[in-house]
Order: sequence, then C-alpha cells, then structure tokens
Amino acid sequence: MAAALTTHSLVMRYGALLVTDSVSLDVRPGELHAIIGPNGAGKTTLINQLSGELRPQSGTVNFDGRDVTLLPVDRRARAGLLRSYQITSIFEEFSVLENATLAALAAVGHPWKFWRPLLSDASAVGAANEAVSLAGLAHVQDVAAGELAYGQRRQLELAMTLAAKPSLLLLDEPMAGMSPQESHAVTELLRQLKGRYTILLVEHDMDAVFSLADRISVLVYGKLMFTGTPDEIREHPEVKAVYLGEEAV
Amino acid sequence: MAATLLLAQFLNGLQYGVLLFLLAAGLTLVFGIMSFVNLAHGSLYMVGAYAGALIYGSSESFALALLGAVVVSLVVGMVLELTIVSRLYRRDHLDHVLATFGLVMFFNELVRIIWGPQPLFVQVPEALSGTVTLFGLNYPAYRFAIIAVGLAVAVSAHLVIHKTRLGMLIRAGAQYPQMVSALGVNIGLLNAVLFGLGAMLAGLAGAMAGPVLSVQSGMGESVLIATLVVIVIGGIGSIKGGLYASLIVGLVDTFGRVLLPMWLRQVAERSLADAAGPALASMSVYLLMAVVLALRPQGLFPVRRS
Amino acid sequence: MNSFLSRPSAFVPAAVAAALAVVPFAADATGQPFWLSFFARILIYAIAASALNLALGFGGLVSFGHALFLGLGSYAVALPAAHGVSDGWLHLLLVLGSCGLLALLVGAISLRTSGMSFIMITLAFAQMGYFLFVSLKAYGGDDGMAVSATSRFLGLDLGSAGPLYAVSWLVLLLLSWWMTRLRSSAFGMALRGARQNSRRVQAMGLQPQRIKLAAFVLSGMVCGVAGMLLANMNAYVSPSTLAWTVSGELIVMVVLGGMGTVYGPLLGALVFLGLEEVLKGYTEHWMIVMGPLIVLMALLGRGGLMGLLERLDQLFVGGRDAAGDGVSAGNDGAADKTAAPAEDQAGEASWQPR
Repeated sequence: MAAALTTHSLVMRYGALLVTDSVSLDVRPGELHAIIGPNGAGKTTLINQLSGELRPQSGTVNFDGRDVTLLPVDRRARAGLLRSYQITSIFEEFSVLENATLAALAAVGHPWKFWRPLLSDASAVGAANEAVSLAGLAHVQDVAAGELAYGQRRQLELAMTLAAKPSLLLLDEPMAGMSPQESHAVTELLRQLKGRYTILLVEHDMDAVFSLADRISVLVYGKLMFTGTPDEIREHPEVKAVYLGEEAV
Repeated sequence: MAATLLLAQFLNGLQYGVLLFLLAAGLTLVFGIMSFVNLAHGSLYMVGAYAGALIYGSSESFALALLGAVVVSLVVGMVLELTIVSRLYRRDHLDHVLATFGLVMFFNELVRIIWGPQPLFVQVPEALSGTVTLFGLNYPAYRFAIIAVGLAVAVSAHLVIHKTRLGMLIRAGAQYPQMVSALGVNIGLLNAVLFGLGAMLAGLAGAMAGPVLSVQSGMGESVLIATLVVIVIGGIGSIKGGLYASLIVGLVDTFGRVLLPMWLRQVAERSLADAAGPALASMSVYLLMAVVLALRPQGLFPVRRS
Repeated sequence: MNSFLSRPSAFVPAAVAAALAVVPFAADATGQPFWLSFFARILIYAIAASALNLALGFGGLVSFGHALFLGLGSYAVALPAAHGVSDGWLHLLLVLGSCGLLALLVGAISLRTSGMSFIMITLAFAQMGYFLFVSLKAYGGDDGMAVSATSRFLGLDLGSAGPLYAVSWLVLLLLSWWMTRLRSSAFGMALRGARQNSRRVQAMGLQPQRIKLAAFVLSGMVCGVAGMLLANMNAYVSPSTLAWTVSGELIVMVVLGGMGTVYGPLLGALVFLGLEEVLKGYTEHWMIVMGPLIVLMALLGRGGLMGLLERLDQLFVGGRDAAGDGVSAGNDGAADKTAAPAEDQAGEASWQPR
C-alpha cells in the first residue's frame, strides 16, 4: 500500500526568485518523512510540485516507481498520491460524510453515475466512514462542513485525503492553527497511520515532528539542506543555527 | 477592390473601432478593478445618444449637445453607482448580470415610453457636413471627426494612466485591488470615480454616434455585446488591450461585412453566398473572439494580476 | 406524510404541480383555452429553466447563451417539418443530436475560460446562432416561419393543445424526478463539488472540467427538448427565440426560483411569466416595472423562492430540517461571495510564497 516518492533536482523559479533549488528528495515506502524549515523556505511550493499543481522548470518527480513529472493532479491522485491543504479546502455545503464519500469516489469508482445516490455506493461510503472515524468526526458526520469548528475542519481536510485510498499522503501543515489538544489528537492519528501509508509531512509543530518522524529534511531558501533522523537533526550544528536555534528544543 | 473603397472601409472600421474604444475603456476598468459585469453600460451609451439628440434639437449647438450628453450620462451613471452598483461589488458575477439586465430592460422601456419605438433622426452638424479629402478619397468630415476625437481620448487616457496619480491607482487597482484598499485609498470613492468616467465616455460615444447610427431603444445592446467582445479579446482590465482590440474588432467587423459576401460569391453559388454572407459577416467578430479565447484565454494584452 | 405537509418547501411545489395538472380540465370547463396555452408556455419555460439550472445552479456555469439551445431545438423541428418530416421520434432525435453536439462544441471552447469571459463567450455563441437563423432566408429569416408538420408520436400530435400540454407536464415531472436523483447522485455531487471547490475536486482524482462539460451538454440537450415543445406549441419558430434577452430571462427564472434547487425553475418560471402577464394587463410598457423588480431581486439575493420556502420550513418544524439530516435539501450557492472561499478564521499567519 505504501509507496515511495523521490525527486531529482527539482527547480522552480518565479522570475529571478529561485524558490526550489535543485531539490532531490527521497521518501521511503512506509516512512513518515517530515519537512521543516523557516517561513518562506518554499515548503508549500514544493508540495505543489509533488502533487502536480505546479510544473517545475526542471527536475523529475518519481512516485511508486513511475515518472509522474508530467502527470496532472488528478492522475497522480488516482495513482494514490494525495495531498491535504494548509488552508482548508473542503465542500462547505456538503456534510462531513458527503465530503469524505466524494473524496473516495475517484479511488473506488467514477463519477459517471446519474441516478443512484452517491451515499448508496457501499465501497465509497465504506472508505469514507473509515476515514471519518479515524479523524474522529463520526459524531458530526451529518453536519454541514461549513458549520464545523476550525479544528474539525482541519480534521475533515485530513479525512478527505484518507478517504481517497492513498498510498502516499502529502500533508501540508495539518495542525495549522490547532489547539494543543487538537494537535495531540492529530499526532496520535498520524502515529496510527505510520507504516500503513507513506507520509510526507510539512509541519511547524516541532513536538509532533520530532515524535512522529522517521526522518526529517530541512528546507532553507528552497534548498534541501540536510536529511536525517530526528536525533541527527537535533544535533546538527548548521540546522540548529539556521532553524532550531530560534526555538527552545 | 478599388483603393479608395478600401481606404473608405478602413476609415469606417477605425471610426467604429474608436466608438467601441470609448465604451470599452470605461467598461474594462469597471470590470478589471471592481470585477463588476456591467451590462447597463450600453444603456448609458443610449442615454447619451438621446440626451445629445434632445439638446441638439432644442439648442442647435452640437458642441452643447455633446457637453450635455456627457453631463447627463455622468449623472445617471453616478446615481446608478451610488444606489445599486456599489451594493453589488462583493457579490457574484451572476448578481451583477441580473441587476444590470434589469436596468437594461428599464432604460429600454423608458426611452420607448418617452420617445416611442421609432428611431430618432439626428442631423450631422453643419460645420462637419462636408468631406475631407485623403489620398483621392472624399470621406465624410463628421466621421473623420469621430476618429479624431476618439484618438484624442485614447491619447489622454494614456497620459492619465501613465502620468497621473489617478492613473497609478488605476494600474495598481487592476493588478491588485485588495492591496490598493489596504494602502488606505478610499476604494469606494475610486470605484465611483471610475464608474463616472466610464459613464461620461459612454455618453460621449452615444452622442457622437447619433448622426451616424440610429438612435433608438435597444441601441445599446448590439454595441454593448461588441464592446464585451472587445474587452475579452483585449484582456480584461487592460486599456491598452481595449484600444488595440477595439480597432481590430472595428476593422474586422467593417471589412467582414463588405468582403465576406464578396468572397463567398466568388467561391460559392449565388444563393448560398447571399444567404450565408450576411450571417458570416455578423458572426465574424464572434468567430474572432472564439479563436482568441481558444488560443489565449486571458486575452491579447492581459493585465498581470497578483 | 405529516412532515411532508408541514414543510412548505415540499408542499408548495407539489401543490403547484398538481394545480398545473388540472389546468386542461379547468380551461375546458370554463371555455377559456387561453389558459391552456399560457400554462403550457410556463411548463415549457420551466423545462428550459430546469435545464439551465443543471449547468448554472448545480454546476455554477453562468451561461448567458442558453437561448441558443432553446432556439436550435425549435428549429430542429421546423426545418425537417418544412421538408415534410412529421415523425416525432425523428424530431426528438434531431433535437437531442444537434443540441448535444453544439453544446459539446460551445462548452468545450467556453470552459477554457471562466468568470466574465465565460459569460461573454456563451452570449457570443448565442448571438452567432441568432444571426445564423436570421440569415436563413429560405427558412423565414428574420420573420421566422410556420411549422408545417408538428411532431407526431404514438398517435399523439403535439401540434394540438391538449397532447402538447400533457406531454409538457409529463416531461417536466420526469425531469424534476431525475433532477432530484441527479442532485445526490455521484455525478451531481461531483458537479456541485466542482462548483464549490474545483481545485479540491481535481486533487481528489476527478476531472472537474469534464464533469462541467458533461453537465453543459446535458443542459443543452434538455433545453433543446423545451425548444421542440415550444415549436409545436406555437406551430411557429423565429430567431427571436435566440435573442439574448431570452437567455437573460432564463437566468432570472432560475435565480428567482432558487438556484440549485429542483423545483426552483418551475416556481421561477411561474412567477416570472405570471408577473409578466399581470403587468401586461395594466400596461404595454410592463418592462419598466419588471426591470426594477429584477434589480431588486438581484439586490436581495437570499436563495429565491425555494429559499424563502425553506426558511418557512424552519418556522413550521422548529429549527431543524424535518428529514433529520442536518444538511439543507435546497439551495446551492445562494450565499454571498463574502461567505464563500474556504478561508480559516484562525488567522494562521504563515503566508507561504507559492
């Protein structure tokens, strides 16, 4: 189920600004690989290149043994490469369950059904239920997404990514703006998911990152500075200076 | 085709294009900066035409008629902006379409009530009733004057946009509306000023068009649709794009109506050519737009939005 | 049954549909055939508005050119009829085929744009159609032409008032039933999702552009069917059916009734055309009242007539949707733009360069 993701010398420029500086990333199957770096390091831009929303100027993205560099977002998603958004991107008018079921649709079937209700599709609803339960939203599954509290919306964001039967999860700051309790819940959820899926996690929450990650990559000014285990990262002098030096670790 | 005839059609195309530019300039700004779809722009043009006709009829002074038309259109435009348009800026395009559609209906019926459904006849002013001679062609002076006025407006527009503070706000607003507002500029006032300027230009176009096109209920719509095509081709929010596109559309439409039936008659049999010719001629502008959008959906000179 | 009667949003449309079913008998009994054609026209426009609702209400596609399909559908009957073809099934086939193909072409090009450009280009295509039919002198041109052979199906002749009314009513009923199912079907949900958040739909592995195109094509075909009925009802076709004002009126009906609801288009058509008739009774210059009313409607927003009925629902059932699920069965996209994009209130500061 869990797939590998590698990139070779990804380059992304905006005019004269080099946002992604020859990034070669290696995410092993089943690992939880975190990306950290100061604000402005280009983390979301990198995720966008991995998910397919941005086309790099040069370099390749390999997923599950295939070169997906030229594949559009939806093709990558159907292949199992799914992402969650830093700024919650859900369907406000639909219920939690409807959101998740729609998310599962492409993975288990297709949208070209014009009569039977979406929610009568057993495999889609099954996948949705599982994801919604994992995310801790089963008790609000019929509430319209637009009416959820902020933390619940973030959880729905995650649930939708899970419902689509991923083999790799690109998570862009899933804990953004959450309270400590909420972050803790998400951390435990991610711990449960480890091994089952490959996870590439962009996060600022250092507690979560250090407790979850198998390996951590540090991105500074678009450049992948160092990759290592949490312990290695903790001790790395350059990393400490550039990034961790600003925080009490 | 004879050279003088070509020249005449070229000038006609320019004249039409220049009228379109006067309308497009206001419309593209209102759309580009406030993202407001204003179908009632054609009604402001019509209001200008009727006001011009009325004032010219009673005062015998065409200059006064033009001035009056501009003032009336400005007033009507400002009333619309203050009462209706300003409430709709934050809404969907759909709401804009609906509201301005209702306004179009209202204005068309209003002029029909006051002046009846028959077109109004407007005399070409005495001073411009002669011809000018260009390269052996005797071209109506009035039409030439329209071209001159239009180009003068285009030059002034360029100066305003690139050399004044207002112009700077316009350019900034077209690229990044929220930022302009965040910088403390009274965006409500700016919107009103722009809407008013657009209304004035539309009124001027309407008043000038009086002697050459027919002044009647519904006259705004055909020219409005052509204007919308111009804006889409030129690039929404771009005055430069609006200028080039209006000249292109003006020329394509004019030449299309003259040349297409001629060419068709040469390649197809007469009855087919006579049937298809006018249709293709009217469609030529839309076909142009479809092609431009198929190849370059943002238009020819798009404003680069942040 | 109890909850059905106590919910205005379910009861009122049902009552309207039932009342419409009775019209032919009432018109016959009172000797006023005018009402038959008046309400037939409402049914036909309700079908056309429902078709537009699929693209606009469900899909968020602001098409200002749906009169194109209404007109094409009517000419797809008139043209063969002019050559002696009166087989209703053949007419239907031509209507669906021509409208489907045209909608595919128009949709494929138009969907390359969005926002105002989309509105404009759909308008432009309708204009092209208008000028095309005006130029067909052999088929009436500007004046239009009579339909010399109305559609015959299974022993029925749609050219006569009774069968036309019955078929129109039935078509509207079946269409509404399908719309109800479609709305919550996989396709319908994906389409409505694409309206709310196209980016997310794609990130999930679906293809929002294809889904929107399919909706546009279906919408065009159904609108064509309305055109076919129109041609039969009037026994006449004219390019004025393709006027941009007709496209505008269809949009008004959809929004007035309640965008994205199933019965909105019927209510919208009924109220709009009914109001037009009432105003016409007072003055030939009824548009001077209708215009400002439309402006008012745009300013007020708030989900149209169905939205109103749904709010009445809450009064009757006490704050919670009677069906038990917390999700409104009604309005799509009725909210202000200001409520829309999925922006978080937590004030998350990290403004990442994208």
